[in-house]
Amino acid sequence: MTMTDFMTRFRRPDIGRFVRRQPVAALAFAGLSAIVLLALLAPLISPYDPLASDVPHALLPPDRLHWFGTDELGRDVFSRILAAARLDLSIAVSAVAISLVAGVTVGCFCGYQGGWLDRVTGRIVDVLTAFPLFVMAMALVAVLGNSIANLIYATAIINFPFYIRIARSEVAARRNLGWVEAAHVSGTSPTRVVLMFLLPNILPTIVVQASLNLGWAILNAAGLSFLGLGIPVPTPEWGVMVANGAHFMSSGRWWLVVFPGGMLMVTILCFNLLGDGLRDLLDPRTRS
Amino acid sequence: MTKPLLSIRDLRVSFVSDRTHKDVLHGVSLSVERGKVLALVGESGSGKSVTGLTTMGLLPRQATVTGGSIRFRGEEITGHVPRSLRGAGIAMVFQNPRAALNPTRRIRDQLSDVIRAHGKVDRAGLQARLTELMHQVSITDATRCLNAYPHQLSGGLCQRIVIAMAVACSPDLIIADEPTTGLDVLTQKAAMDLLLRLTRERDMGMILVTHDLGMAAQYSDDVAVMRHGKIVERGTPEALFRSPRNDYTRQLVAACPTATSLLEAPEATVARQAAEPVPLLEVRSMVKEYQNGFRAVDDVSFVIRPGECLGLIGESGSGKSTISRLVSRLVDPEGGEILFNGTPISTIPAEAFYRASQRRQIQFVFQDAAGSLNPRYTAYRSIVDPLLRMGPVPDGEALRALVVRTACSVGLSEEMLERYPHQMSGGQCARVGIARAIIVSPDLLILDEPTAALDVLVQAEVLALLERLRRERGMSYLFVSHDLHVVRMLCDRAIILRRGRIVEAGRCDDIFRAPQSDYTASLLEAIPHFSPGASV
Amino acid sequence: MSTEKPLFPPLLRRIGLRLGAALPALFCVILFTFIMMRVLPGDPAVYFASGPNAGQAEIQELRHRMGLDAPMLVQFLHYLENLATGDLGRSLTTGQSVAQDMHDRLPASLELTLTALAFSLLISLPLGLTSAWWSGSIYDQCVRAFCSACFCIPPFVSGILLVYVFYYWLGVAPDPTGRINIFLPQPPRVSGLLLIDSALAGDWTAWHEAAGQLVLPALTMALFVIAPLTRMTRAAVISVLGADYIRTARAMGLPTWRIMIVYTLRNALMPVLTTVGIVFSTMMGANVLVEKIFSWPGVASYALDALVSSDYAPVQGFILLMACLFILVNLVIDLLLGVLDPRVSVE
Repeated sequence: MTMTDFMTRFRRPDIGRFVRRQPVAALAFAGLSAIVLLALLAPLISPYDPLASDVPHALLPPDRLHWFGTDELGRDVFSRILAAARLDLSIAVSAVAISLVAGVTVGCFCGYQGGWLDRVTGRIVDVLTAFPLFVMAMALVAVLGNSIANLIYATAIINFPFYIRIARSEVAARRNLGWVEAAHVSGTSPTRVVLMFLLPNILPTIVVQASLNLGWAILNAAGLSFLGLGIPVPTPEWGVMVANGAHFMSSGRWWLVVFPGGMLMVTILCFNLLGDGLRDLLDPRTRS
Repeated sequence: MTKPLLSIRDLRVSFVSDRTHKDVLHGVSLSVERGKVLALVGESGSGKSVTGLTTMGLLPRQATVTGGSIRFRGEEITGHVPRSLRGAGIAMVFQNPRAALNPTRRIRDQLSDVIRAHGKVDRAGLQARLTELMHQVSITDATRCLNAYPHQLSGGLCQRIVIAMAVACSPDLIIADEPTTGLDVLTQKAAMDLLLRLTRERDMGMILVTHDLGMAAQYSDDVAVMRHGKIVERGTPEALFRSPRNDYTRQLVAACPTATSLLEAPEATVARQAAEPVPLLEVRSMVKEYQNGFRAVDDVSFVIRPGECLGLIGESGSGKSTISRLVSRLVDPEGGEILFNGTPISTIPAEAFYRASQRRQIQFVFQDAAGSLNPRYTAYRSIVDPLLRMGPVPDGEALRALVVRTACSVGLSEEMLERYPHQMSGGQCARVGIARAIIVSPDLLILDEPTAALDVLVQAEVLALLERLRRERGMSYLFVSHDLHVVRMLCDRAIILRRGRIVEAGRCDDIFRAPQSDYTASLLEAIPHFSPGASV
Repeated sequence: MSTEKPLFPPLLRRIGLRLGAALPALFCVILFTFIMMRVLPGDPAVYFASGPNAGQAEIQELRHRMGLDAPMLVQFLHYLENLATGDLGRSLTTGQSVAQDMHDRLPASLELTLTALAFSLLISLPLGLTSAWWSGSIYDQCVRAFCSACFCIPPFVSGILLVYVFYYWLGVAPDPTGRINIFLPQPPRVSGLLLIDSALAGDWTAWHEAAGQLVLPALTMALFVIAPLTRMTRAAVISVLGADYIRTARAMGLPTWRIMIVYTLRNALMPVLTTVGIVFSTMMGANVLVEKIFSWPGVASYALDALVSSDYAPVQGFILLMACLFILVNLVIDLLLGVLDPRVSVE
């Protein structure tokens, strides 16, 4: 009942109102939906096999047959970008899902319990969030081996401390609020207080964070694969495509970088704008 | 008849945003003379603060003056207050003094900034002015204060500094916007006395913006009562409070707790029980210590008999809220015993107390009513929740009927039950909080300043409601408050706390008639009041 | 205004406390690199053996000599001992000790990161301050859009595009290969930072050359962090402008410039400074990408090259170096915060 309550509350800002209040975020949402749809339908709509090389037609500029041109092996850039969208989005979503679940669990527990455990966790997390985690992730992928799964774990680890921190601070900020104390007085067990009272109330903040983090996760995953980490060779991925294309920039083959790079930008931008819009919408200070 | 120092004619102010246009002042007219204090009294949202800010030219960006005029010393300043006038002509004293000072700048520099903003002074002259100012606001260790940062000073000292800042450039008018909010009763009195003395000595005018009728009566020569952006009545405190002409003023005056006011409660349906052998609650030498060794509660003992209401009075930091949380078993004491109906309950750790059978018998009503309701629960769910957790749960229709009946008894209509906290007023939230506590029929209700955040009219209603409920249901109350008059109205006996210790305990009538400790006496003395003949 | 209190003992105590608090984090990093070393695919002894045909006995002998057959804990203690004496191992690709390589290459990375930080602060602080002052205006919206755009361009994409536009297309930027033309005489090494060294030597040709090489990579890195810095500055200034003490200052008739600089900026600087710390570590991560694109001879590209050729000692050294740098930067920021905010130095 609480959950349905919560969902109705969450859905209440209806679509029309959302579009009027946050036109930019609504646009970003539409853009994201389009990208997700393209990624889902990639096998059906991509004009060529993203892996099939066609050397005679290598390095063709964009034309009617190859919308985004072809790469050094004659592979169709547009088809590869669609296939890559599938991969990049699933990497980002799985990485964020792992770090969200793990981080929120740890964060809620520590934030609610308090005490020395919480202080130690807090200190470690503070240090970790300011640490160059990208470097850590790089080493991790290199050591665990080049595979997509390891890339996901590494990306998840980069995001993990942020979720602990946000869940912890949100829970700790509410732990001593009147309505939580009231729940105790009403005979509510601590587990129930966390699950039914605190979690639904911090969820909006977490959702906003997740939306912003998805963009960041794509950026990190693409960055790692740009360096040649995580993605095995023929698999199309935006970061890898940019890295390959960089070699041909000197001879003016801009389309090999611009299109995958542009897709990265648009996707990250959409996630960020959506996150910002959601934050504004959920921020009680901007709510009328 | 001298020319008024400040005269405001038909002032109109609106808040304009993209979609809304809200008038907050509908033609306010007033005037202030030299050496006189005008009090602007009203509940929150009445427009009294906006009037002060408009005069100062400090309205927020979205607010605009849509009509009327403000003349200061005969000069038109509406909508544009010259910088030379701010500070040197009109100065302002704000509430919450600690926040009103720049946290990263020494007091000396902040005061110097103000003095330098209105004229050139050399180092020696500056030092002389600073020393003089410190002397004027009765700060004895001037050197330490001047070299300190705001966080190193107490709230009372900060308020003196803010007052020193306000008078630094010899303004003719001071606007004091709730100058004592956030200060303790004793500090409050000192700050107000200081402001009044300076006003008289320097022949300034003062506008005192306050929600406290007692303070307005005691410190002003003239009172204007505001409501919904209008002045509904004005006159001398004597006239206004003795024989108010306006209905609203009459209600306000009646609702304000004084040394003599009584609660209008229906005849008792359950007679107050005589003292019984077994007290409902007994607290024996309870101690609460924080990690830094600070004793918030130090050797406190008291009893509450069935059907009795015990008042717990103290200033902030006296440990009264901690005691309420200890007794309601939200936190664990470091020492001592708590017996409920003769059974020790302090041995059950706080985090396991939700399972104890006594949980439903001890319920709590929180200070910040709106903040004590889960923002994602409707009023219905908030009220029904304790019942679902602790039972017994009547089935189906009976459950809803019980909730509606309980809501009715606290004065909430049935349609209110579907509202979320942010859709309800402070008074309605307070009623939901009370309904939630009484639905499980507790024996002991702990009330932690349940009316502190409410306007005076709503406070009166809630107090009457509490008194009626107690008589009807025969509950016992532990009533925590800083307001002595409220405690006297509601309670049979009271305890005065100071720094975690009991300084005085006894029957309310005795305490108020003949306080035994000096502290209680000074507390009683410091309450601003408008009992006949009290105004200065 | 002079302080009456003695300055040094509390300051030293504070440095000590902060370093002490950083130790567990440093220990975690060391443990991580150690474990990384141990779970590596392949046996280090095999690498160090004389050749691919080295006999089993020789490898066994090497394992013993390198202490690889000792218990884990002993190996870890041994590792710590090596670290304490500054021995980070030997790089297989360069044949030099990792410590020496780091010493040679660190200035390049530092010069790049610090220049980028300076760029981003020069852009972000004014942008943040002005957009907060005129918050809600068209100008504010434009700044916000600019930040969103900057934040969503991955540094490896912006780097490549900048090179494409300014080098291949417009021809105004130098060849994106390294710090300085190798045919020019290098200025004598003093700090290792080319800009400073060439200025000290009075060699302005080299200075211009080095500065020209530095602009694009620094700009690439700066673009990446402009968004968080600007947003933080804007938010901090807005929250300070809403504070009671600003209202007091205005009510007392203080001049606008004094309110702006002394009252607002001073107080807004504290959260910004905290963000600078986080931004700096983001930049250290982004260094890897930027150094690769611009063939910058810094520690990050060194570590990356080593990583690709399964040469792990430099990678370990690099991570430890990053950790130490990070601790140092945070210490500096923390001390600056203590200077800026009197409330911090109390606790």
